[in-house]
Amino acid sequence: MKKTDELYEMTMSEASLMLAKKEISSVELTSSVIARIEQVESKVKGFLYINKEDAIQSAENADKRIRAGDFTPMTGIPGVIKDNMCITGVPTTCASKILENFVPPYTATAVQKLLDSGAVLIGKANMDEFAMGSSTENSAFHVTHNPWNLQKVPGGSSGGSAAIVSAGEGLFALGSDTGGSIRQPAAFCGVVGMKPTYGLVSRYGLIAFASSLDQIGPVGKSVMDSAMILNVVSGYDPMDSTSLRSLENNATDYTATIDQGVSGMKIGVIKEMFGDWVDAPVNDAVTKAVSQFEDMGATVDWDVSLPSTKYAMSAYYILAPSEASSNLARYDGVKYGYSWDGEGSMWEGMENTRGIGFGSEVKRRIFLGTYALSAGYYDAYYKKAQEVRTLIKTEFEEAFKKFDILVTPTTPSLPFELGSKTSDPLEMYRSDMCTIPANIAGIPAISLQCGFSEGLPIGLHLIGGALSEEKLLRAAYSFEQATEWHNRVPQI
Amino acid sequence: MTSTAKLEPVIGLEVHVQLLTNSKMFCSCKAAYTGAEPNTHVCPVCLGMPGTLPVINKKAIELTVMTALALNCSIATNSKFDRKNYPYPDLMKGYQISQFDLPITNKGWLSIEPENSGPREIGITRVHLEEDTARLIHRIDVTGDTYSLVDINRSGVPLMEIVGEPDLKSAEEARLYLTKLHTILQYLGVSTGNMDEGSFRCDANISLREKGDPLPNWKVEIKNMNSFRAVFRALEFEIERQTNLFKNNESIVQETRGWSEETGQTVSQRTKEYAHDYRYFPEPDLPPLFVEKKWVQSIESNLPELPDARRDRFIQEYNLPAYDASILTSGIETANYFEEAISGTNLKNGRLSDRAKTTANWIIGDLAHLLNNSGANIEESPIKPDHLCELLDLMDEGKISVRMAKEIFEEMYTDAKKPSLIVKERGLLQINDEEQLKSMVLEIINANPKAVEDYKKGKSNAVGFLVGQLMKETKGQANPKTANGLVKSALDQVG
Ligand SMILES: [Zn+2]
Repeated sequence: MKKTDELYEMTMSEASLMLAKKEISSVELTSSVIARIEQVESKVKGFLYINKEDAIQSAENADKRIRAGDFTPMTGIPGVIKDNMCITGVPTTCASKILENFVPPYTATAVQKLLDSGAVLIGKANMDEFAMGSSTENSAFHVTHNPWNLQKVPGGSSGGSAAIVSAGEGLFALGSDTGGSIRQPAAFCGVVGMKPTYGLVSRYGLIAFASSLDQIGPVGKSVMDSAMILNVVSGYDPMDSTSLRSLENNATDYTATIDQGVSGMKIGVIKEMFGDWVDAPVNDAVTKAVSQFEDMGATVDWDVSLPSTKYAMSAYYILAPSEASSNLARYDGVKYGYSWDGEGSMWEGMENTRGIGFGSEVKRRIFLGTYALSAGYYDAYYKKAQEVRTLIKTEFEEAFKKFDILVTPTTPSLPFELGSKTSDPLEMYRSDMCTIPANIAGIPAISLQCGFSEGLPIGLHLIGGALSEEKLLRAAYSFEQATEWHNRVPQI
Repeated sequence: MTSTAKLEPVIGLEVHVQLLTNSKMFCSCKAAYTGAEPNTHVCPVCLGMPGTLPVINKKAIELTVMTALALNCSIATNSKFDRKNYPYPDLMKGYQISQFDLPITNKGWLSIEPENSGPREIGITRVHLEEDTARLIHRIDVTGDTYSLVDINRSGVPLMEIVGEPDLKSAEEARLYLTKLHTILQYLGVSTGNMDEGSFRCDANISLREKGDPLPNWKVEIKNMNSFRAVFRALEFEIERQTNLFKNNESIVQETRGWSEETGQTVSQRTKEYAHDYRYFPEPDLPPLFVEKKWVQSIESNLPELPDARRDRFIQEYNLPAYDASILTSGIETANYFEEAISGTNLKNGRLSDRAKTTANWIIGDLAHLLNNSGANIEESPIKPDHLCELLDLMDEGKISVRMAKEIFEEMYTDAKKPSLIVKERGLLQINDEEQLKSMVLEIINANPKAVEDYKKGKSNAVGFLVGQLMKETKGQANPKTANGLVKSALDQVG
């Protein structure tokens, strides 16, 4: 076990063991995390909502459960939830003005499962408005800073979740990933982020951006932590018709086989995801990481081609905005959230509510999606994009007949300067080039640390076939155990 | 000037039916909201709150499949739900979950029997499933400003849409189609079919063409018709309006018109500022709908007897005239009433078919008349089928006469009493005792020498007069047949 001076610096798995042995209490651990928040939050600004009193109260309850012997590996562990997941009685804003004072009367299934497991929720994490963005700069409330370099973005859209875990302001977080929104900020902030197979984690209570792509997943300090979180939040949910029925009464312990190594695993490197457009330090670090897999006994094919993945981003920017344009139609100021209160007709009220309530990136995507679905354009855009989606799925299915894991960088670049890409949406969209294909295909992928450059972390991106989370976590864990990158912590 | 002699209306009906499920289409709220306080049958899902997701109500699929089978439609093994996007405050999510290009069922037909042309099959384009919207209630405040209230109880109630082919040629055919469809739904038990409460709604598309021409490429949509009669009247009005436009060589605009019950006219509804583009796309929150063939087969084998089959059976089994059978089976309650009234009989004299015809006569005649006068449905009838049966048994046994039965029937209707009880209370039993009647007959003959004279002269109505006197004497309780025989034989003896 790694020596730590402060409790908040521990990984979840370390803390879990100490809690079980009653060497520490959840109140002590939670207090340490709160103290850390008080120390660094003004610099990181990862939170949209913090409730210290409730956190301590939950920690006390967790301690009671532990004393009573009725606990799980996550009982008493403090963490945060991305602010697009509903929790009864807790403000849920999606980092949007349009939901500024929205307090849902229901709790997302994934969050409920965490609460049932005894996890302690400290607050809600900042994000790009409605999860649309790759830098968390699209939050209507404030930007979040990368703990490794406060001038840099933490990535997005789950930038708050990743920055908080990286900065020690929480031991874990839940994020959501539509095109890379967990993995890209995890890479930028030097933590582990995973997007599970579509349907593995219930979306009930997750405020939709693009329903066919959105998936809740863990943000953790380590691969083991991510597996522990996935154990809790995964599973069939009758409230979400797209959650996988095959998981009913069929729980997997993702930690059980995590240490069985990669010997004999077949790993493929997707060549389309490397090249000039990937920064050299990223290219180098990922290449070295692949060699590391060879050293650990995996066989590597360095030249795997999935030609359609090149079109994943184009398809994504049709499909996601199309669904978003429909998903966001409900925010009209009539029922909840921000409502324009000027003089005017019902239609003027709705127009002004949306005009003022939504930020510019959200509006841009609503326009895009509305256009793509319009009569006369549907076939050329939405339908074409669906065809590309089918093509990409098929290519992945074919590839996973030959390989266990496919490798790419998580992001083509290092974390960039705050404000450097806000005026160039296309440049911003490119951040998700490597992560989008997994969402399009509905398959799992994980990002973990594989190097540093200029003091900034670099992410290794492993992609698996549908429901191959165990294998994916095993590969990631093997790499993590064989390297030291994950032991570095940012100095804030 | 165009000749209008060869003009023919082209009419297609779209019917929306709320399904009789326990819960709503995509959540567990109670679907039956009639009489409920506004906004009490709601939950995060049917309120369309952020992050909530729909879950398909299997019962709604089953009822739709039932309906489709009854309408001779084919059932699609693979179908899907789509989002129909349009902003309106009655739409909680800003889109309605409906079915666009792959509905659950396709292509069927329903037969109607117009008096002038004989039976015709009217095509059904499709039957699909969607969710109902919330209800807007428009009000005017004290200052005269208008405002609207939203009642979300209706939001998410399962709504089945039955789209008919433009095969109907008159307002009367449209009425027959609607009535038939309504009856079928009632037999299936899939909907209350209540038009006043909006659980059965009809929109009509109508255009005119010259006989033999292809379908016109325009149509006028008529909305806001809240009864079968309104549909009939609106179509009659619209046919005349369009015919006049034709006559004067004026063009007919494709538009939506609202029916006004007060003025008896259709009125052009304010044209939308922009044409509706619903931007349909597959509902990503629901996986494609797979309807197993086996399940469809089991639904089919459990389909209840439908109106046409029941009518044919009534003709076969009870030897009823087609007219009676049609009327009796045009509503499931009436058909059930008839069969209940007939099943309990202790028929001693006569044949079942005769009793069936008598029962039909009483239901179609006297009972319908009384119900009509008090504006009641047959299921609200104070006279229950077993009581009618008992009454007819009393007649059959000769205990009461037809005239007595009619009197008793009226009392049964007002007091909801068993006929045997009324007979007992009023001492109304028919006098069949010949000895008792004979002495009375002799007294009457003695008291009416003129009638006896007339009889001798061959005036046969003298018998009737004397029987009438006997009936008067017995307060109508004498068995008319017996009385008639006794009077005749007494007269012959006197003569
Ligand atoms: Zn509901």
